[in-house]
Amino acid sequence: MGLFESFFRASPNKSAVLAKERLQIIVAHERGSRRGSPDYLPALKKELLEVVRKYVPVDQSQIKVHLDREAGYEILELNITLPDEEPRSRRGSENLPGPGQV
Amino acid sequence: MATVIVVTSGKGGVGKTTTSASFATGLAQRGYRTVVIDFDVGLRNLDLIMGCERRVVYDFVNIINGEANLNQALIRDKRVENLHILPASQTRDKEALTREGVERVLNELRQNFEYIVCDSPAGIERGALMALYFADEALVVTNPEVSSVRDSDRILGILASRSRRAEQGELPVKEHLVLARYAPERADRGDMLSVEDVLEILGIPLLGVIPESPTVLQSSNAGVPVILEDGSDAGAAYGDLVDRFLGKNLPHRFITTQKKGFLKRLFGGG
Repeated sequence: MGLFESFFRASPNKSAVLAKERLQIIVAHERGSRRGSPDYLPALKKELLEVVRKYVPVDQSQIKVHLDREAGYEILELNITLPDEEPRSRRGSENLPGPGQV
Repeated sequence: MATVIVVTSGKGGVGKTTTSASFATGLAQRGYRTVVIDFDVGLRNLDLIMGCERRVVYDFVNIINGEANLNQALIRDKRVENLHILPASQTRDKEALTREGVERVLNELRQNFEYIVCDSPAGIERGALMALYFADEALVVTNPEVSSVRDSDRILGILASRSRRAEQGELPVKEHLVLARYAPERADRGDMLSVEDVLEILGIPLLGVIPESPTVLQSSNAGVPVILEDGSDAGAAYGDLVDRFLGKNLPHRFITTQKKGFLKRLFGGG
């Protein structure tokens, strides 16, 4: 009995710890998708990408839209990484603004 | 002014009906005019747990449809004064509970009762949504187990967004955690989420911890709410829970391991 007990007590893999960690992750994720992401976000992202693509060739993966909610206010964060070389080599003669971040 | 309390959980089998029965009985024992309503249309069970299954004549849906009046459908509890039960219908019609109908019945009950306890079905379908829609307060019944905790969190989200209070921008539904089927020795051993773990994840105030106890099954076998069982730790825990709900400041019992081992308690006397 004593051996048994010490075996369980010494065990580093307490299953409750695992349960708690897994729950914290999934609950945070589900709360996020429940409260954080309004329905219009995917459409907004798509349209923004189309607008940017009129001027600069950017890839779907280069645009990130993120909505943060804090007590009382919301922040819509938009991050588009423009390619470095291409615009200049293709449209070098035109006086377009250089690449950068929006 | 009557208070509407929903007993909910998301997951099934965690102790909603057991909690509803004992909570309502406890409120009535303490002198409050109380009615407990079974919202589980098609799967009526509160009547069995309360021991009044043979006295059901009319049900919730009959009243909504105007086939009976409240006085005909309400079952007066034989053990505890001030306590009435409104059984669920066994109809298979899922549309039977209409929001207008439920509201009408609740408004009528408000005239005669101080506490209206709504025993929610499992899931997040119509019956569960109806049970919580008009709530002023919620007892969220959770077991120390991953799927139950996750479902409780989901129900908390629904209370915060789809209750009448949420829709009308009133004060939010007051939430209480009821942690049922708790085994302190298993939590100590690290095999079970502890009270603190569950509180940290769900982040709502703890109303009571109900220990895992054979008397819960025994009392349901007999059709007696466990709160009425003398000498039952689960019953005593429900008693404390009701007192706390009514504003008493009581320490939580049954959350730490007993000093004596099981065998000692069995054979050691004292």
